[in-house]
Amino acid sequence: MKQSIFTIDYNIALTSDVYKMRLIGDTSDIKRPGEFVNIKLDGFYLRRPISVFDCDEEAVTIIYKVVGEGTEYMKTLEYGAQLDVLTGLGNGYDVDKCGDKVLLIGGGVGVPPMYYLAKKLLEAGKTVSMIMGFNKKEEIFAKEDFEALGVPTYVTTVDGSEGIKGFVTNAMDMVEYDCVCTCGPEPMLRAVYDASKTTGYYSFEERMGCGFGACMGCSCKTKYGNKRICKDGPVLVKEEIIW
Amino acid sequence: MVDTRVTLSGWTLDNPIIPASGTFGYGYEYAELYDINILGSFSFKGTTLEPRFGNPTPRIAETPNGMINSVGLQNPGIDAVISEELPKLRKCFNKKVVANIGGFAVEEFVKIVEKLDKEDIVGLHEVNISCPNLHKGGKNFGTDADAAYEVTKAVKKVATKPVYIKLTPNVTDIASIAKAVEEAGADGISLINTLLGMRINKRTRKPVIANKMGGFSGSAIFLVALRCVYQVYEAVNIPIIGMGGVSSAEDVIEMMMAGATAVEVGAYNLVNPYGSKEIVEDLPRVMEKYRIEQLSDIIGGAH
Ligand SMILES: Cc1cc2nc3c(=O)[nH]c(=O)nc-3n(C[C@H](O)[C@H](O)[C@H](O)COP(=O)(O)OP(=O)(O)OC[C@H]3O[C@@H](n4cnc5c(N)ncnc54)[C@H](O)[C@@H]3O)c2cc1C
Ligand SMILES: Cc1cc2nc3c(=O)[nH]c(=O)nc-3n(C[C@H](O)[C@H](O)[C@H](O)COP(=O)(O)O)c2cc1C
Ligand code: FES
Repeated sequence: MKQSIFTIDYNIALTSDVYKMRLIGDTSDIKRPGEFVNIKLDGFYLRRPISVFDCDEEAVTIIYKVVGEGTEYMKTLEYGAQLDVLTGLGNGYDVDKCGDKVLLIGGGVGVPPMYYLAKKLLEAGKTVSMIMGFNKKEEIFAKEDFEALGVPTYVTTVDGSEGIKGFVTNAMDMVEYDCVCTCGPEPMLRAVYDASKTTGYYSFEERMGCGFGACMGCSCKTKYGNKRICKDGPVLVKEEIIW
Repeated sequence: MVDTRVTLSGWTLDNPIIPASGTFGYGYEYAELYDINILGSFSFKGTTLEPRFGNPTPRIAETPNGMINSVGLQNPGIDAVISEELPKLRKCFNKKVVANIGGFAVEEFVKIVEKLDKEDIVGLHEVNISCPNLHKGGKNFGTDADAAYEVTKAVKKVATKPVYIKLTPNVTDIASIAKAVEEAGADGISLINTLLGMRINKRTRKPVIANKMGGFSGSAIFLVALRCVYQVYEAVNIPIIGMGGVSSAEDVIEMMMAGATAVEVGAYNLVNPYGSKEIVEDLPRVMEKYRIEQLSDIIGGAH
């Protein structure tokens, strides 16, 4: 974990309530896809945990949805603004363990961590497919980013306004895979868990105090014992999950 | 050169800064970030006889200047703490630690203190009595002077190390509880634990915390904590470890003037992982600002 000051390069709207922010600063502690950063915002006591969407030596990019007061404030931040950010948090996806034909599934703002993961899997020479689930056409974002990587990308929408009608699980039979990596709302994770025939890695969310393992605010029970979502997770292996 | 040393019941600390129980784990998480030996000491996570998972999640809520936690004393239990956590801690910490103890019956406190008393790394016992007493219909030990007296007396019988009783502020008259534990033989008093609070999600119309209510702490409670320390200092003659909302060296000075010999820093560590370190490093500068040469001179200075 590292605490440092990042400078906003851009903070732009992707949809009516989803924003993309590029933060320039020291990214040396971001090691694996699936990790998150924890952002201090003026006027808010606790930091806001957001997954890494993309990362290079110069900057980290995040995609966030406005859901409450903190993210409402975040969307007002402009180019040049500085943020105190903790990086290198969480136990992300282990690319080596992810199998050879990896199916990525993201729902809503569970899509972002799948992008950095896709890049790392491709670098490791693996075959990658992506399913992204949204409620409706207007909510879709980042599809072109996955396509630019050459990843076959399937979109599902609950109302059928774009792509396959229904849930992400409706697209799973169209892909051949030996491992699933997924992030999204818990009911979606559960549906993927039930529908998938292989092992997989599932990324969870919980309200956090510290985000670095000190407060026990984010604990969950697993078959391998109690775990902290922020430190031992957010990524858990399918076999240990207790619903 | 200023002198930051303070003494708690014969144990001299290099400085009065002690990260508070529940916000510093068993130390080694922070040792990855900085050399925790610069601290006066630290208070480890509240430890109970049996392992505890604690409360359901969500356990955390927020206000602009503070937070609510409802962790519910999650810890691996005393035996695992002694066999696993303390050995890990010894590798990165060469000072003595404040052993924070939780319990739900008098005998439970006694058994834990008996075990921890044998550990060389323990500097003093900090007995958290803000827990429900299962033998008294769940009534909190810390809100009942008789129960507080009884626990203190029982624990003192088996302890060779100093016993500090940690008080809850959720009472009408904190000074009377403090007097009861002093009378029972406590070597010192720690205060305050969290204030009972809650938040409601206005969209779902439901409490944010799964257990509905939780412990409110962070800078918002500093003024309440200061008042409690001040009142307890007037009531007793044993040393006080003051805490509640402390987030700067300035707060440390104020807390000591109210009557604290040492000062714990809690929630601030969670939002600023280097918080306690920064306070230790800033203390000499702030002492010079107020023309303090010997930090221990200001204890209770406001009375
Ligand atoms: C590991 C992890 C990764 C995440 N990655 C992303 C991401 O890439 N993009 C994205 O849009 N969102 C992500 N989230 C969710 C994001 O943290 C919350 O949406 C955000 O904190 C809401 O803040 P707020 O102030 O707007 O909401 P408020 O409801 O006003 O916040 C109040 C408190 O609750 C917490 N909180 C509220 N919702 C959540 C939630 N769903 N999860 C955890 N804490 C919450 C806040 O952090 C804050 O402490 C992630 C959460 C976790 C735990
Ligand atoms: C996440 C969290 C966990 C805590 N756990 C304990 C505990 O196990 N035992 C205890 O005596 N106090 C516990 N406390 C209370 C603190 O030690 C401290 O008394 C209180 O938070 C006030 O200080 P602060 O405002 O600086 O946080 C906890 C506080 C927090 C925020
Ligand atoms: S949020 Fe503090 S331990 Fe996970």
